[in-house]
Amino acid sequence: MRWNNLISVAAKEKIAFGALFFITLFILAPVVVVLWIIFKNGISAINWEFLTAMPKEGMRAGGIFPAIVGTLYLVVGATVCSLPLGILAAIYLSEYAKENALTRLINLAIVNLSGVPSVVYGLFGFSLFVVFLKFGASIVAGSLTLAIMNLPVIITSTRESLKAVPDYFREVGLSLGASRWQTVRHAVLPFALPGILTGTILSIARAAGETAPILFTVAAFYIPHLPHSVFDQAMALPYHLYIIATQIPNIPNSYRYGTALVLILMVLLMNLVAIIIRSKFRRKYKW
Amino acid sequence: MRRFKEFIIEKLVFLSGILVILFVCLIFVFLLKEGLSFFKDVKLSAFLLGKYWYPISEPPRFGILPLILGSLFVTLGAVLFAVPLSIGAAFYVAEIAPARIRDFLKTGIEILASIPSVVLGFVGMITLVPWIKAIFHVPTGLTALAGSIMLGFMAMPTIISISEDAITAVPRQYKEGSIALGATRWQTMYRVTIHAAKPGIIAACMLGVGRVIGETMAVMMITGNAAVIPRTFLQPVRTLTATIAAEMGEVVHGSAHYHALFSIGIILFLITFMINITADFFLHRVRTK
Repeated sequence: MRWNNLISVAAKEKIAFGALFFITLFILAPVVVVLWIIFKNGISAINWEFLTAMPKEGMRAGGIFPAIVGTLYLVVGATVCSLPLGILAAIYLSEYAKENALTRLINLAIVNLSGVPSVVYGLFGFSLFVVFLKFGASIVAGSLTLAIMNLPVIITSTRESLKAVPDYFREVGLSLGASRWQTVRHAVLPFALPGILTGTILSIARAAGETAPILFTVAAFYIPHLPHSVFDQAMALPYHLYIIATQIPNIPNSYRYGTALVLILMVLLMNLVAIIIRSKFRRKYKW
Repeated sequence: MRRFKEFIIEKLVFLSGILVILFVCLIFVFLLKEGLSFFKDVKLSAFLLGKYWYPISEPPRFGILPLILGSLFVTLGAVLFAVPLSIGAAFYVAEIAPARIRDFLKTGIEILASIPSVVLGFVGMITLVPWIKAIFHVPTGLTALAGSIMLGFMAMPTIISISEDAITAVPRQYKEGSIALGATRWQTMYRVTIHAAKPGIIAACMLGVGRVIGETMAVMMITGNAAVIPRTFLQPVRTLTATIAAEMGEVVHGSAHYHALFSIGIILFLITFMINITADFFLHRVRTK
């Protein structure tokens, strides 16, 4: 008798669905494991001094305050640069652009920009901002590099949320005598805002965790003070974690886990906010 | 006045769109600017096929074959196990899971995507690497295998979410037709849906590959970074990305080594460019169908 006939199709389906369920669990298990390992070993390192003090004794003691501040500077700088540009570009693509070769070219550029490896962004940022524009390794150079890297994320999510606003919103605006921009500004943008916000927050979270683009554009091994201006180098959390995990021996492990925990909490918190905004407004706006 | 404002805004918006193209060109131009001068001294074939990467020996050797093979090994390993699992999970999330569980799983996948690669590298260093060393009795756990496993998990969110979109986009009539003919849901999935969603799933896998090739930090931390031509997965390897990240910090500005690192950047840029354009082509086919 052939194997095929041994079990019924219904039983086969049950087995297949069960297998797919376990595959999905298998993929998500490391998420839980990683978070648990970092939380369990890192929580003991977290205290007021760790969060607000300068590193001491070759980063083997003290805190990670300058790294936290550096990452905040970078993230704010990157967002300030990429957000307006990204939203305007998305408005162009969704509201103004016609179906032509130029639009296809822009879309292709976005696809390509989102696929460039992060370390290549680092090389590019180094040669353009650090060397060519003579910013030196600085917060500006790092922020601008991260901004260009984030641009495709912001454009794509903004464009999707603009396109999700039904066309009759625009038709009503235009039929009441409003101009193109007035329609976009008052009848489309407000309803796309939650989606834009979600995409922006996710892009910020991504920028906060990136290491490779800031390696040569801003990151400093160790600076005993906070940056004085945007043309200063700065420490950054992900780079700090890389350094203390691989370059400096004899650091208490709790310091490494603690740094990883702070970084991952920052990223997760932003993701959580994004998820809450999205689910809240998905229920509110339904058309 | 109002006309004027409209005009300004229209131009501003248009300019922002054009800027995106400009940025891609800028990236390429600046990579070329720093990378091309390298080929005045070294032949392209010697660069691509040279077996030795000794950038600071005297005389220096700039062969990136071991680096290319290192990237290829790690990518191949990651893809081999990430692709089937991700497609399975995409089907579970898109077609089988009840709504509540689906939202929960999607959130989990998003969290996996959001964990910074340096954190995954760190966790890999202290868990995966010693495990591999103990299980396979190798001198070091910093191997291509460790990189493959870690990168596999990093590629999964990309592959799952894009495949899931493709599966959801399959017209309902296909599935209903199959069910009406007496097929079970499972038969419908692997006989009908997967074929209809194929272009999207291929695109998803390609974008996953792009993600793996470009990944830097985790790979640098757990693959051992030995620039030798790899023969097995249980051997340290060094990827293209890790080479740039590890050596750019100490390189003498303007030296041949400096230009060589930019040349590696050009190669990475071209590889991902090709992958993304092809993937986009497949995605476009899904949309126009």
